[in-house]
Amino acid sequence: MVEGSNPSGPAEGGAKMAKLNVLQHELVPAHHVVKKEEEDKVLKELGIAKDLLPRISRSDPAIKALEEIHGPLEGGTIIKISRKSPTMGYSVYYRVVTSEVFK
Amino acid sequence: MTGGISKRIYRIQFALLSPEEIRKMSQVKVITADTYDDDGYPIERGLMDLHMGVIEPGLKCATCGGKVDECPGHFGHIELAMPVVHVGFIKEIKTLLDSTCKSCGRIKLTEDEIRSYREKMESISLSTSDPEVIGLMSKRITEEAASRTVCPHCGTQHSKLILDKPTTFREEGIKVTPKEIRERMERIRDDELIFFGLNREVARPEWMILTVLPVPPINLRPSITLETGERSEDDLTHKLVDIIRISQRLRESRDNGSPQLIIEDLWDLLQFHVTTYFDNQTAGIPPARHRSGRALKTLVQRLKGKEGRFRSNLSGKRVNFSARTVISPEPFLSVNEVGVPEKAARELTVPVSVNTFNVEQVRELVARGPEARDEADRYLAGVNYIIRPDGRRIKVTTQNAEENAKRVEPGWTVERQLTEGDIVLFNRQPSLHRMSMMGHTVRILDSQTFRFNLAVCTPYNADFDGDEMNLHIIQKEEARAEARIIMKVQEQIMSPRFGGPIIGGIHDHITAMFLLTHGNPMIPENVGVHMLSYLDLDEMPPVEVHDGKRYYRGRDIFSLILPKGLNLRFSSKLCASAREKCEYEDDPEDKYVTIINGKMTHGTIDEAAIGSFSGVIIDRIFRKYGPEATAKFIDSMTRLGVGFLSIRGFSTGISDYDIPESAIARIEEISNDAIERTEKLVETYRKGELMPSPGRSVEDTLEIEVLSTTGMVRDESGKIASNFLGLNNPSVIMARSGARAKMLNISEVAGMVGQQSVRGGRLNRGYYGRTLPHFKQGDLGATARGFVKSSYMSGLNPLEYFMHSIGGREGLVDIAVRTSRSGYMQRRLINAFEDLKVNEALRVEDTVGAVIQFKYGEDGVDPTKSDKGKTIDVDYHAYDIEHEVA
Repeated sequence: MVEGSNPSGPAEGGAKMAKLNVLQHELVPAHHVVKKEEEDKVLKELGIAKDLLPRISRSDPAIKALEEIHGPLEGGTIIKISRKSPTMGYSVYYRVVTSEVFK
Repeated sequence: MTGGISKRIYRIQFALLSPEEIRKMSQVKVITADTYDDDGYPIERGLMDLHMGVIEPGLKCATCGGKVDECPGHFGHIELAMPVVHVGFIKEIKTLLDSTCKSCGRIKLTEDEIRSYREKMESISLSTSDPEVIGLMSKRITEEAASRTVCPHCGTQHSKLILDKPTTFREEGIKVTPKEIRERMERIRDDELIFFGLNREVARPEWMILTVLPVPPINLRPSITLETGERSEDDLTHKLVDIIRISQRLRESRDNGSPQLIIEDLWDLLQFHVTTYFDNQTAGIPPARHRSGRALKTLVQRLKGKEGRFRSNLSGKRVNFSARTVISPEPFLSVNEVGVPEKAARELTVPVSVNTFNVEQVRELVARGPEARDEADRYLAGVNYIIRPDGRRIKVTTQNAEENAKRVEPGWTVERQLTEGDIVLFNRQPSLHRMSMMGHTVRILDSQTFRFNLAVCTPYNADFDGDEMNLHIIQKEEARAEARIIMKVQEQIMSPRFGGPIIGGIHDHITAMFLLTHGNPMIPENVGVHMLSYLDLDEMPPVEVHDGKRYYRGRDIFSLILPKGLNLRFSSKLCASAREKCEYEDDPEDKYVTIINGKMTHGTIDEAAIGSFSGVIIDRIFRKYGPEATAKFIDSMTRLGVGFLSIRGFSTGISDYDIPESAIARIEEISNDAIERTEKLVETYRKGELMPSPGRSVEDTLEIEVLSTTGMVRDESGKIASNFLGLNNPSVIMARSGARAKMLNISEVAGMVGQQSVRGGRLNRGYYGRTLPHFKQGDLGATARGFVKSSYMSGLNPLEYFMHSIGGREGLVDIAVRTSRSGYMQRRLINAFEDLKVNEALRVEDTVGAVIQFKYGEDGVDPTKSDKGKTIDVDYHAYDIEHEVA
């Protein structure tokens, strides 16, 4: 799994505003791409078929931000989302990238 | 009913009815608008023609020969004189007309576009893929075609087609007749229908324009005979009569060459009738009405909405084996019980299957007859019906009981009347959470109402101002077992909403326990023994001797109902709600309720200890000793409360709010002060000298300042009043213990009512620039803007009374708005969640198994079992273990 950090840093030239990386906002949970070779392991652990996982739109701002780092993400890529949970400390959620655009 | 599934739906297909098909399925062509002749016999070829089914006993269906109940009913048809538009397809007709050429009928796309789009549309199957996906794609294509003004195939120029709601189309202001529309639709090619999401095999667009109208079977629109012998027809029949009449007149006018204007008028009228026949609430046309002025209930109205076929008849069904009556309280019942009036118990039955083991008992039961009583003339369950193995029911009467008892054999079923100990479901609407329907065991009581323990009011949200509740008798063993194990009241004490008890002491429970434990009163032995006679006890409390008289201590009596081994320490509500100085401040140890090994040594029991929603003691007993012990505690508490309060006496009245003249004068003084200060503030504002606070306008600043001034005097007057109202005052006892009302309410009665507000600000609406015509325009003073300086006790002057009503109305409106809104939101949530489930791995899934949440609530914790949402309360367990008796 690859860290989703901002690769470019603040944009150069004072006139231009630095592009916001949504992943670095404190309200956005950490999104990570699950590597192809690790997918089977994750699915086995969950004991579930890939098509039953929740989906995330390709147009989701978090996916766009991840694409800046990893290059285009094809449909079917699993995203691991770890969010803070008041009861558990953190909780892990998986989503599959789809080309569908949700309304 | 033998059960089992006789047929399975393999697939369903949506299609349009073609005129030929309508004629083919029709058994009769209806030509006269009449129904019955003078003898009450159906007129042939009329709307009640015998070919369409029978509703009168004795007659036979002319189509299938079946009698009432045998004949399923058959369709007929009406040939319309001129075609009319079907309102249900208006949208589709519009898109079809917009996207196709009016002269050549082709879709307004180039050949290349047609080819590429066709490929796309054909890649998705019309029958299996998501209708939403098909709809979206079709919409994109048709919108593109509609935006063309010149036909790429024949070059015809198109002008914009306007839909004049609900059913008229206009092109450059000229009406396009349904006939013309139909002709255009006929020109659309079969192979281009796919772009509109239409299946060419079962749907032709011209079928959306009606030339033939199916007449539904008579079974669907039965006429009813009133007591007067008068016949009353169904709304649908009325509407069909209108349609036939107008259609006939239109045909005549057309055939004898009437002026075009008259024909057009009749045509429009026919369109109106057909439209309202389908949907009588179509926007843009007045609903068709009955002679009495009532709007007709036509096809759409039969299906739509809360009273429609779906929500009312298919999702909601009526049940047998249920009873409904007014409720009233009965503190001597356990929380797990419900008192059922004898009248209801005689009607409600439980089926008992007879087998070799119980046949003798059952025979005895049957022999009692349906009005059984024991030798003391008390209720005994009898039997209303016996059911033979072939399903025949035999009514048991007092006369035939003995005889029937002998006939009963294993394999028969006996419908036994309700008896003590039966488990039943008890429910109060609105059923907003699962505690709205709980399992109770039956107690047969005299008189006419359902009765239950007061602690159960909270989960049902019931009171006794005329509320009614429903009772359902469980008919199957499995259901009875489930009800006992998971639905009984004691199993529902913990709320899944917040992980604490929802069932607990209310009102008098709290007052009584407060009085019993506050200051640990000494109770003379004779009084104490009387109280204890209400309880079922194994031991007596210790006796203290003072001046040769024997006393019990209040806390010792309370300790009797606590389970042995309970260790608990928490601070009571009393200190938290104290205004200035808590009575316990002097004795720090008394600030806390301390219970060691089920013996209460310190503190005061109040809402925080035993109340519903908050009761710490109830919560801990439930966790440590389980549902049964908790139910027992609540039952004992109710009895002890009644016992203590009825012997001690407890009452409230207007004299609770008597405060000395000096205090009244002082309150008057400070309220006049406040009015004066407000006056000054307004003056500085008028002079423009008021400094706005950061981020606020001057006006807002003034309002805030005034509000804080008036708020302060209210608090101040409350303090003055409550200085004279101590813990010997019943109203104060109720407020401080949390039994009912707040100290604020008391200060409103004794001190002053204070500033009235609407939407968080002072009153400012009503007349132009003033609240009431008694003030000058723009008067910003205290009295002009809803400051009430009187108390409820002294009474409000007319102006104040008005102001108070304005403020009070806000609350009423809020409630009205909130209930309707939250009801609808509830419905949407339930529909969204109804078929989600939590599986064995605590994963939340939908019906196909797609994941909604990987672990229920992220942590897999059942909120019912959580400790106020937290997993565990470490401090409590540490205290418990520390004081554990070995």
